[in-house]
Amino acid sequence: MSSREITYAEAIREALREEMARDERVFILGEDVGVFGGIFGVTKGLLAEFGEERVRDTPISELGIIGLSVGAAAVGMRPVPEIMFADLLPLCMEQIVNQAAKMHYMFGGKIKIPITIRVPQGAGRRTAAQHSQCLDAWFVHVPGLKVVAPSTPYDAKGLLKASIRDDNPVIFFEHKMLYRMRGPVPEGEYLIPLGRADVKREGSDATIVATSLMVHRALEAAAELAGEGISVEVIDPRTLSPLDRGAILGSVRKTGRLIIAEEACRTGGFGAEVAAIAAEEAIDALDAPIRRVAAFDVPIPFSPPLEDYVIPDKKRIIEAVRSVV
Amino acid sequence: MELDREKLLEMYRKMVTIRRFEEKVAELNARGVFPGLAHLYIGEEAVAVGACSALRADDLITSTHRGHGHCIAKGCDLKPMMAELLGRYTGYCKGKGGSMHICDFDRGILGANGIVGSNIPIAAGAALGIKMMRQDRVVLCFFGDGASNGGSFHEGLNFASIWKLPVVFVCEHNMYAISMPTKKSTSVANIADRASAYGMPGEVVDGQDVLAVYEAARRAVARARRGDGPSLLECKTYRFRGHHEGDPGRGTTYRSREEMELWEARCPIRLFKAKLAQMGILDEELAKGIEEEVSRAIEEAVEFAMASPFPPLESALEDVYA
Ligand SMILES: Cc1ncc(C[n+]2csc(CCOP(=O)(O)OP(=O)(O)O)c2C)c(N)n1
Ligand SMILES: [Mg+2]
Repeated sequence: MSSREITYAEAIREALREEMARDERVFILGEDVGVFGGIFGVTKGLLAEFGEERVRDTPISELGIIGLSVGAAAVGMRPVPEIMFADLLPLCMEQIVNQAAKMHYMFGGKIKIPITIRVPQGAGRRTAAQHSQCLDAWFVHVPGLKVVAPSTPYDAKGLLKASIRDDNPVIFFEHKMLYRMRGPVPEGEYLIPLGRADVKREGSDATIVATSLMVHRALEAAAELAGEGISVEVIDPRTLSPLDRGAILGSVRKTGRLIIAEEACRTGGFGAEVAAIAAEEAIDALDAPIRRVAAFDVPIPFSPPLEDYVIPDKKRIIEAVRSVV
Repeated sequence: MELDREKLLEMYRKMVTIRRFEEKVAELNARGVFPGLAHLYIGEEAVAVGACSALRADDLITSTHRGHGHCIAKGCDLKPMMAELLGRYTGYCKGKGGSMHICDFDRGILGANGIVGSNIPIAAGAALGIKMMRQDRVVLCFFGDGASNGGSFHEGLNFASIWKLPVVFVCEHNMYAISMPTKKSTSVANIADRASAYGMPGEVVDGQDVLAVYEAARRAVARARRGDGPSLLECKTYRFRGHHEGDPGRGTTYRSREEMELWEARCPIRLFKAKLAQMGILDEELAKGIEEEVSRAIEEAVEFAMASPFPPLESALEDVYA
């Protein structure tokens, strides 16, 4: 496998293209995904390649987009709907939470709902309270759903392919600020199984469990702390549900310290779940209190200095690590 | 409401203000001074001004992501508006809302909304509140063609109809929802056709003709105020810019230059200016005076905004709860 660098958006597009070529049941639907190529350009070119039947521009009907995906999946298709922003997931919560997530269980295992909902999330583009949220943790609370949040082009491609082949509903959270990030992606086919974390940096003094964009902030923090002689391990769960508890607990047992970095607001968040797992299963290994670095518990403000203040940055991660080592 | 000379000139002034304001936003955006997304109203001025001119000062509007024109037409102040757009503490929402979330309760602007269609049931709800408080105010709800395909539209109109609420639904049919043409997204040729499903009058209006919009809105507002219930007005219009300022080629990935030119030839301001000239109300000199007055007001708003501080960081933590 030769190596080359492509962007996160290109990696996602490649995964879509490969899975559509491989399996004709796979199709895309969403707002502006066809002619326009997606609001962030992710699906550019796919309409020309696969035609209107399999790359469907839809009306502004999020509930309908997911409802139709659920129905099509129930009869054997493998839809990959795109919801334009994570902030629009509340409009289709009913179909995701009460229908997609529950049908397999509720019908005694008779029906499969293999849909992969691609959705960009995150702050940083000065688009205020209704276009900047990270809502991944909500879906972790729903049995029956899988939740994926890749932080690199490599992970994005392998995880999306695995998600599309998974027989369950998957919410695939892309981060808006990562679309242009470049990284190595091999030419050949590969899959990354759902439910497996990745060690993004090895270390021995503290563990940072970071998700999505915060993986990069954590890596920057780790690099800076290395200069002070603090060795930080950075773990990216990659799938928030099912969660690779073994990888997290193993790292915590090694370092004795746990910091969780997430972009969403703090209360009731994903970090709370990771902290609870560590407290339940590795309290004996912890040498210091667990720390969470998260957004403040407020809607995302518009004004640039306020937005930058609310969202966690490298500095806040460094301070959290220093406070426990 | 009679349209006397003064009122007609006021309508013209407002249309020019919207146009120049938006051109200024485009310029600030190009210079990198404007944070976030700018969804401009250029080309659609007759809709906001025609509709809001049929309202009383104490009537209410709900607005959208493309809301600058609605707010100016309803009479908001340019200074706190521009300050809000630039994220300053002196802005309408203390810098927390930005372009998509202008709110001026005192002028009857119930708030602009970034979620397409969500303002429709909210408008019906405001009308319900007004009715329950035995007031005679009216709510006017702006939304796009794209919004009319979402559940909020259908639920909002049904509620407004069964409870005879004092609300006027104004659809700005600018032919596209981002790249999606109405003819591909919408089950009927005219969005006004949907009114019949909800037992209310629906009317197609030339959205480039401010007086036509005014007339239709005046009738619908009168009906709402009388207690006879809601109406749906569909104003056919066109956005002259892209969906937002980052839309490549002002939207040429999904629409033709010929189509754009056809619509640009029906510039609502130029049409109204010719009409006023014909009526002997506006001549070149007066028009020039209005232009100068408007540019001055916009320059002052920009100066005010640029001289205003960004919000203090702690303010990010305020206003979460009442
Ligand atoms: C519920 C919802 N879906 C999608 C979006 C993204 N979006 C913002 S504006 C827009 C198009 C709206 O079209 P229309 O209602 O016709 O208004 P226009 O922009 O043409 O004025 C879309 C899809 C959104 N903000 N809210
Ligand atoms: Mg439209």
